[in-house]
Amino acid sequence: MGVRGLIALAAAGAVAAKAAFDASRAEDARATLLHPPGALHDGGFAARCVKCGKCIEACPYQALRAAPFEAGALSGAPAIDARSQACRLCADFPCVAACPTGALAPVGSREQVRMGVAVIDEDLCLSYKAMRCEVCYRACPLIDEAISISYGAREGDSIHAVFAPVVNAEKCTGCGLCVERCVVSEPDCAIRIEPST
Amino acid sequence: MDISRRAFVKSTAVALASAAAAGTMATMTGCAGAGSGNGGSGGSAGTTKTVGVCRFCGCGCGVIVEAKDGKLVSVTGDPDNGSNRGLNCVKGYYLASALYGDDRLTTPLVRDDKSTKGTPDGLREATWDEVLDLVAGKLRETWKADKSRLAFWGSGQQPIVEGYCQAKFWKAGLLSNNIDPNARLCMASAVVGFMNIFQTDEPAGCYADIDETDVFVTWGANMAEAHPMLYSRVMARMTNGSGIEHYDLTTLWTRTSANATKVLMMKPGSDLAIANAVANYLVQNDLYDHDFANDHLQFKQGTENIGNATEDTYDASDIGSKVDAVEGITFEQYAARLAPYTLEYAEEISGVPAADIEALAKVFADKSRKVLSLWTMGVNQHNRGTWMNHCIYNIHLLTGRYAQPGNGAFSLTGQPTACGTAREVGTFSHRLPADLLVAQEPHRRYTEAIWNLPNGYLDAIQKPGFHTVKIFRELSKGNIDFLWSAHNNWAVSMPNLTRFLGRGDKKGIFDAFICVSEVYPTLSTQYADVVLPAAMWVEREGQFGNAERRTAVFEKAVDPPGEAKWDLWMLMEIASRVLEGEKIGGEDAFDLLFGAWYDKRAHDFLGDEREVSRAIWEEYRTFSNPSLNDDAAAINKEAKLKMENKQLAPYDLYIENHGLTWPVREVDGQWLPTKWRFCDGKQEDGFDEVGVEQYGTHDLASGVSFYKSANGKPSVVFRPWEPPAELPDAEYPFVLCTGRLLEHWHTGSMTRRIAELDRALPEALLDMNEADCAALGVSDGDMVRLTSRFGTCDIKVSTAGRTRPPAGLVFAPFFAEETLINLVVQDTYCPLSKEPDYKKTCVRIEKL
Repeated sequence: MGVRGLIALAAAGAVAAKAAFDASRAEDARATLLHPPGALHDGGFAARCVKCGKCIEACPYQALRAAPFEAGALSGAPAIDARSQACRLCADFPCVAACPTGALAPVGSREQVRMGVAVIDEDLCLSYKAMRCEVCYRACPLIDEAISISYGAREGDSIHAVFAPVVNAEKCTGCGLCVERCVVSEPDCAIRIEPST
Repeated sequence: MDISRRAFVKSTAVALASAAAAGTMATMTGCAGAGSGNGGSGGSAGTTKTVGVCRFCGCGCGVIVEAKDGKLVSVTGDPDNGSNRGLNCVKGYYLASALYGDDRLTTPLVRDDKSTKGTPDGLREATWDEVLDLVAGKLRETWKADKSRLAFWGSGQQPIVEGYCQAKFWKAGLLSNNIDPNARLCMASAVVGFMNIFQTDEPAGCYADIDETDVFVTWGANMAEAHPMLYSRVMARMTNGSGIEHYDLTTLWTRTSANATKVLMMKPGSDLAIANAVANYLVQNDLYDHDFANDHLQFKQGTENIGNATEDTYDASDIGSKVDAVEGITFEQYAARLAPYTLEYAEEISGVPAADIEALAKVFADKSRKVLSLWTMGVNQHNRGTWMNHCIYNIHLLTGRYAQPGNGAFSLTGQPTACGTAREVGTFSHRLPADLLVAQEPHRRYTEAIWNLPNGYLDAIQKPGFHTVKIFRELSKGNIDFLWSAHNNWAVSMPNLTRFLGRGDKKGIFDAFICVSEVYPTLSTQYADVVLPAAMWVEREGQFGNAERRTAVFEKAVDPPGEAKWDLWMLMEIASRVLEGEKIGGEDAFDLLFGAWYDKRAHDFLGDEREVSRAIWEEYRTFSNPSLNDDAAAINKEAKLKMENKQLAPYDLYIENHGLTWPVREVDGQWLPTKWRFCDGKQEDGFDEVGVEQYGTHDLASGVSFYKSANGKPSVVFRPWEPPAELPDAEYPFVLCTGRLLEHWHTGSMTRRIAELDRALPEALLDMNEADCAALGVSDGDMVRLTSRFGTCDIKVSTAGRTRPPAGLVFAPFFAEETLINLVVQDTYCPLSKEPDYKKTCVRIEKL
């Protein structure tokens, strides 16, 4: 169940639904937590992170914040709200260097970071409506690799092309800069990161 | 002069009736309720819909504006606009928000203490009476004392009727040519090229050429970002057509390069050598169009070794005063001049492999395919900008590829009405309306006839005034006492701001009286003595003219906030004060010039904004419809001015048709636009039937007739390669190129107040080559200091690759006032067009 579905349920006003909403939101928050570069996959990060906050202190962009109470067991672990401040993929990864437990493992280069994968909501995206936006594409630190443009015909209009941004899941680092920069907010941002940890 | 409201209404009624009689009062389609007049038309639940044109770039996309309760609720693409067909770029998509930044200027402001200039402080609120008296008093005082010490700096964003009245006030009212637009910074080289080659300032083609061509050639133009919706047309053609190619000539790899078939990465300023090598290849291999050359071309060469306009003394220097000179030569002489430009020589200068230049030449030689060249600031903002415009046309003319559908050389314009106002109205220091020049006696006579001035009255302004850079250089030297600017943000957009903002000596700009008409606080208002709060975009009615000769009206949709006023009202109030007691030919000067639409005693217009715009338009369009004025018609005939060539239609037709491309011709009671200028064919199909019939010749090569050109023949002028004003050296080893990016419009004073766009691109970055970064020990995200011979600024480095500069070149956008890249940029300009070269200032880079 997605966030929007949950909100719709909550709006229905049933007490039971409200309780379900609260429980699911906690689950949802854990599922969508975006951890720093190098965070171990397959539960390794949760097992090793001691919530010392050193990576949070080390981040020069204040992109890392302690995960909120709703995150349950991961509450207090470093997390990124990409819409507010994406990871800027520092060349020297000060967050990784600061980690005392190896929850954040060394990363060879910014291209090797796998925090998550960007997913575009084609119904919300302006570019899929043939507007010339593609802000996510031009913001992408791996432009033409992690996000590229697929050019297509616009139905019923032979003189305009659709400039559709397409995410390459093999290349996307999940840094979230596309999410931070996306112009669409209502009802949701048109691009999100699905975390891989 | 009778200025009663009855007479006014009568005159506009005549114009309306003539439009109605022409049978073109068609109802609008696809936009219920739009186009019905001031304040919009009634819609459901109190909403109104009006027709507009986007406020931002040169594309000129049509929009539909929806308003409710005095506020815009949406701006959407106009589905009936033939160019954008209901689409926008992301700037146009959020256009409505541009009006609602939280710091709109709503009250006149005055600075009492000049020492506060250059800070956000020091401006206090004032009444309109106080500021109008103050501004008019300073202007009149300067005018009476020494009118070389006043100036107006306008814009390619100033609506047509406002620019027309501004020019009329300056040229006829003040007898001053110290008026110039910011279009000097963007289109001047294109303009001088057009005038030198064709003797008319206009592109022959139109946007539909994009849909019909087979090969695109972009010369120093990042269309993907600077002309978003036109580039969508390019990509539609590339995607839908078969075998369509795109050659991109550029000094750095851009988003436009990303989809090009071939990228010719050249050294800065070497475009002239490449273009000459292409022309030479065509001539040497007998691949040019003999019939076209025989029927249509004349050959010339001009003054060469012209140095660089870096010093203030350049224009008056021996060489500076000779740069416009040309002489006729034979085709053989032209060929001989080209001969040194072998492919190998061009490779040596440009760094582009000879084989790639040859491939480009072969594209032009292959007459089985159509070729469309497109260019903008890379060519125009160039120390040899006018020459490079020549060189592109030379290739197209030699191969007979001009003024035919899909075969053309199209100068993209930089601003929404650089063509419509700056160029067509003529808000330049050397111009009069409709391509007329102050220096030409018949042109002055013609203007006097339409402006009802005594014979010879304009002889006082036969010498051109200060061009833009000269205005600001004189200002910095303390030689300007009064400056008024509107629709621009010179404190961010001018080059060499270190000098012009008085960063060193705190003089010039600090001493002069500066009036800034604005909608938001900007860096320019920080240097203003008076700020006049202006109505923005659809808070009044206005008109734009875009790159393809398309004139469009944006209707008033909402009232301006607070005490903000229509710029035209400010102008009328200031003009009436300055001209108080002045006579022209025994008549009250103000009433003679503006009394037909403004009652100075009542301090008000003689009608609503629609009626006033229509009345001014009807006078303005007399310039291109001499039959509307007997005296003008006689001069037109006697001096062979051919003024009908830029014929404009009655005002209301532009609203009903959502814009029309001129010349607009009356055929069997219908007003028909012209898409392909000088190209013979049916007017109803968009060809120039009426023009060719009246002044041209049928059945010439390629079916075109250049009837505006001297002897009917455009000029192929040999222009050599000469190097940039600055070359990298040990002290300044990098070349800095500046430009625009998609998310922001120019200096960002509007788009950075749109939350979505500010989020999309919040800061200006310096794009650098990775090898240069490695050599300097700089990483992505590091701050560096740029220093040139002109100034210094700090900026953050990016290696993300939005643009990919080659080693030795860096790129920065100019939208961010906190970065203020123009502190560093040279103010060296093209000696012919006086347009500054923003593309190749030499800098050094230090890590901070």
